[in-house]
Order: sequence, then C-alpha cells, then structure tokens
Amino acid sequence: MSNASLPDARGHFGRYGGAFISETLTYAIQELTEAYARYQHDPEFLAEFEDELAHYVGRPSPIYHAARTSREIGGAQIYLKREDLNHTGAHKINNVIGQAMLAKRMGKPRIIAETGAGQHGVATATICARYGLECIVYMGSEDVKRQSPNVYRMNLLGATVVPVESGSKTLKDALNEAMRDWVANVDNTFYIIGTVAGPHPYPMMVRDFQSVIGQECLVQMPEFLQGGQPDAVVACVGGGSNAMGIFHPYIPHEKTRLIGVEAAGQGLDSGKHAASIQRGEPGVLHGNRTYVLQDENGQITETHSVSAGLDYPGVGPEHAYLADIGRAEYVGITDDEALAAFHHLCRHEGIIPALESSHAMAHAMKLAKTMRPDQSILVNLSGRGDKDIGTVADLSGADFYERPSMRGLVLKGAKPTASDASQGGAA
Amino acid sequence: MSRIQTTLDALKAKGRKALIPYVTAGFPYPDITPALMHAMVAAGADVIELGVPFSDPSADGPVIQAAGDRALAAGIGLVQVLAMVREFRQRDAHTPVVLMGYANPVECYDLRHGTGSTGSAFVRDAAAAGVDGVLIVDYPPEECQDFAAALRAASMDLIFLLAPTSTPSRMDEVGRLATGYVYYVSLKGVTGSGALDVAAVQQAVPRIRAHVTVPVGVGFGIRDAASAQAVGQVADAVVIGSKIIQLIDGQPRDQVAPTAAAFLREIRAALDAIQAA
Repeated sequence: MSNASLPDARGHFGRYGGAFISETLTYAIQELTEAYARYQHDPEFLAEFEDELAHYVGRPSPIYHAARTSREIGGAQIYLKREDLNHTGAHKINNVIGQAMLAKRMGKPRIIAETGAGQHGVATATICARYGLECIVYMGSEDVKRQSPNVYRMNLLGATVVPVESGSKTLKDALNEAMRDWVANVDNTFYIIGTVAGPHPYPMMVRDFQSVIGQECLVQMPEFLQGGQPDAVVACVGGGSNAMGIFHPYIPHEKTRLIGVEAAGQGLDSGKHAASIQRGEPGVLHGNRTYVLQDENGQITETHSVSAGLDYPGVGPEHAYLADIGRAEYVGITDDEALAAFHHLCRHEGIIPALESSHAMAHAMKLAKTMRPDQSILVNLSGRGDKDIGTVADLSGADFYERPSMRGLVLKGAKPTASDASQGGAA
Repeated sequence: MSRIQTTLDALKAKGRKALIPYVTAGFPYPDITPALMHAMVAAGADVIELGVPFSDPSADGPVIQAAGDRALAAGIGLVQVLAMVREFRQRDAHTPVVLMGYANPVECYDLRHGTGSTGSAFVRDAAAAGVDGVLIVDYPPEECQDFAAALRAASMDLIFLLAPTSTPSRMDEVGRLATGYVYYVSLKGVTGSGALDVAAVQQAVPRIRAHVTVPVGVGFGIRDAASAQAVGQVADAVVIGSKIIQLIDGQPRDQVAPTAAAFLREIRAALDAIQAA
C-alpha cells in the first residue's frame, strides 16, 4: 500500500504534515533533515540503535495474552504489547535513543525536550545521563504538579526541569517554550521531540524509531495466532507516537483494523477532552498541518484529560492522514472509562498501566465484547502506571501518597525542627 | 505597485529610513488600536505592523505573548483585526498596514468564510479592509505557494523573515517570493530577547542585499534611539515591537497613544539624523 511510503520529500502526508516554521528555525530543521537522511539507512547507525534497544531498553518487549480478562469479557482474545516493560517504563525511550544518537553525531552537546506526563522527559534525562549530554526539559507547570514523581526522577538523572507558566500550562505550552529555546540556541542544541508531531522530519523520524514496536508484533503475534495477525490493533493517541509505532508496520496488512483511542475526557461533546481528530479541524500547530482543537477564530483551545500524556490539542499528521483515508479509525474513551480499565488491569492481570494506555485498554475491552473468542485484539500497553498512582489516589480519595516529606513533616528517625512543629504535623 | 513599495521607494528617494512600529491589535484596550495607529503615523511611522493575536505564538517572547493573551481575552480575533484596519482606513488612505501573525488563524478564517483554496477568503477580506501586506511567521516559502499566489492576485505584499542562520541559498529562495520588504531578525531568539549585536547586523544586511531586491527592514532587539540609529545606518527600515508594547502596557486609556507617539518621535529623530549626518 503506497501510503506506507509517506511522507513525501517535504514531509507531507497528503494535505497534512510539512514544516510550518519560522525562518529562525529553518536552518536547524535543514541541518536535522540532512543528518537524518544521512543516518536513516546507515548500517552502522542502525546496528548501534538495535544494540541499544536490545541491551539498554530490554527489547524485544514481550506480548502477553490477557487470558483472564478475555475469558471474563467473553469476546475476542486481548493481547498486550508490553512497552511498559521497557527501561524507564514506556515506549518513549525507543525514540529518545535514536534522536540522542543523532545529536551525538551532529556534535550537539545540549539537549532540550518537552514533556507532558513526564515519560518522554524521563527517557530523555536517562539517555542524556548515559551519553553525558546536558538536558533541559520544559514541562507545563500544571503537569509538574500532576507528575511530581517524574519531575523528581528527572532531577535525580541530572536534568533541569523548567516549569512553563504560559497558556494552559500543559504540553502545548511546553512545546512552544522548547521551540523558543531552540531558536535561541540552535548552534549547540538538539531538540528531542517526543511524539510524531512537529515540523518535518520529526513525524517521520519519530515514527521510524518507534516502528520497532509494530515490527516486533508482526513477528510475535503469529506465534499466538497460528501464523496469523490480530484482527485489530488498538493504541492510545495523544500526539500519537506509540500508536504510530505499532500501526505503521501494520498499514499494508489491510485485514488488521487499526484503532486509535483519543482522550474523550468528560465526554466528546463536553468541550473537556483532547480528541483532536474527532472534534478538531485541520489547522497549523507546532510546525505541521494536522487536526487541531480550535475555536472559531483559529485559537488553539485548552484540552482536558485525566492523562497528562494525552492532554494535547493536536495530533501527529500521519494520524490525520490515516483518519482521512480511512485506514485507521479513531474513537474516544472518557476519563471514567480509562480509570475503570486501569483498575481492571491492576486487579485482574497484576499490571498497573499508564493512564494513557488505560484508554487503549478500555476500548479494547468494549470492542472485545462485539467480537468472537477466536478473534484477537492487540493493545499497545505503551507505559506503566507508576507515574499516575498519585493522580489515581487523588481521584479515589486515597491518602497514602501524602508522604511525610510532602506534608512538611519529619521523616521517621529525623529530628523535628521548629518549622516542622509550627506546621502542626500530626504524624 | 503596492502601497508599501510606493512608500518605501519614496523614502529611499529622499534618503530617509522607514520606521515600522509593531503593535498587537486590541492591546492594551480592545478598541484603542485605530487611534493608536493614527497617533503613531503622526509621530513618524511609515508602515504599521499590526499583530494578529494567536494562542500559541512560538516565535514571540513573553512581552508580545502576554499582549496577545490580553487581546485574546478581550475577544480579538482576525475578524476584529480586519475591522480595526477598516476603521483606520477611514481617516488614512496612505499609510501601509501589514498584518503579522501565525498560519492557523488565517487558515481557520478561510475555513469559516471561504469556499476555495488557502488564503482566498482571508486575502479577499484583508484587501477589502485596506491591508497592504502580510507576514505569517510560520509560513516559510515551501508552504505558502497558494497563499503567495492569492496575495499577488490581490496586489498585496508577502513579507518574509530572514535570520542570522539563513543560508545564501535560503536568501535566494526568500528573495524570489518576497515583495514589499524582508524583515531581518537581528538575533537568534524570540521577539524582545537578548542584546542587539549592531556590528553583526551591519555585516548581515549587505549580505542580504546580494540576494534580495526588496528593501531590508531589521527588527528584534531594537529598544531605543541609539540602537535604531545604528541599525538604520545599514537597513532601509527599522522595526520596533516589544519596546512599544512594554511602554503602553498598563497606561491609562488616554495615555496609550501619547506614550507610543513620544517614543516614536525620538526614534524618528534618530533615524532622520542619519540622513543629516
């Protein structure tokens, strides 16, 4: 199928994609485009990438048959691609290694990144620590609050996390801020974008690095399915990198339905969601043309999702294209549905999934009921849920996460200080 | 011939430098812009760049972003900006107006008001309102062929940015499409940032002239009469934005126009002194 060979030379997926950038970024983008073209098919580069994935990330990640869940639901068999078992706990690390390897070859000692949920930030901080690169991570101040464990992880890894106070204080604003940094420091700085959005070549490059997920599945699934491939592949879509990674190798396998799950938040018609494909219109944001959530004046609207990683008003341009040509379907899962799936996986399969991945799981559980037990659904379990347990605890009214140190109370064994006493701690 | 070209040609013939102030439409008060534009013209502005507020102005610094946010909160979109230009035109048929903004509001305008290709509805309505040129920060030459054609058909100018990182082949590319003037971003960074490196600008502008036939304006980082004069030594036009926004921010309604005008008169005098010198 010809669409698997997109984008074209200028980064277009049909009417989407491209490089809508200010002149100040043109040089940086050209430099990156040339570097990626040089290494994209370079055997030495690819061999190192594979070696890193095998020995540092722990690939291939396994596929797990969620047999108990499948039995209880009574429909299709659900399989989970365990990207949550990667080093740092999500698929994000695959792409970051690829881009950091490029940065090293391009002689850029300073790395910037933006992050929503923090998984991309943690992955970037991790690789920078290993490769000895300076690391600055921009993060909306709302996300800094929601994802404080990941902020601390980045700090431990030596990264500087910069809270962004502008706009909605979430991922899109962190992206704007990272672009500004890049403009000012293009000489020594490589911008590692964490999703399949941004100006060309990012959507293509990130997809290529993440396609390892789907390529592994193409080999692994036949072992479960008597040589066959799954009837459906389901993945959550914010920017859409884990979905693109698992979808892309399946595009030519037309019998396999590709289903992207957007964050429906409080409902697709509530105005509080992040479903860019289902409720957005074509527009230009962050360097590419794609579906964006916008108001009647073309201003980008604020989004809502229980999952910081899906809380983005745009989507990768290749998803916009796949939606238009009908090769992939896009559906919505609400916060409540995602949380129910989160708890289900915890209690029935012993897996604490990321809230992002819980969206995909929730849809798979709905879909399975409409299918036969001899059919199969492959879910990309893109990340683990450690980072989200604070959010879930808050929503459940649980108190355990309030560590003594977070209450300003003394830890066991430490001497109380005057300020601790004045805060009236009742440990 | 466009109003921008006529204006810049006339200035050049007299050996004068063009002064191009930038203000965000609808800032600091949603209805003040036409009066502010008239005051700036009276103080010596030759062309006015009117910023179209956008929610995600990734090439602007905090000053212009905050001004845009305030205008957005007051409900200023492209429809309102065009109305401001229409109002300005009722009393000023000469001073060129350039809209400066980002692609998404323009494309959204086409989506809501148009029937045809990119730029059609926007260009039609902007031309009717009296807009002379457009600078879309995130429309590089590769991505704006249709838009450029629509503007050309309406005799409007397409202004492009050039940056310290622009290569000679890039300057050629921009030179082929640019009309009106090109806007040289004098430093690596966003609007309002950093210190102006006058020596670097003085080296860069002649390089640009080797590739670009339209006049060269320089902006980003020009904050006072001295820096304007230094840049004016080599450039055809001097663009000033963030500093004006800072000066009028927080002024009572009746002080906005006088404050901007007083500042521009200083700049005007400094630019005119180049000719005298």
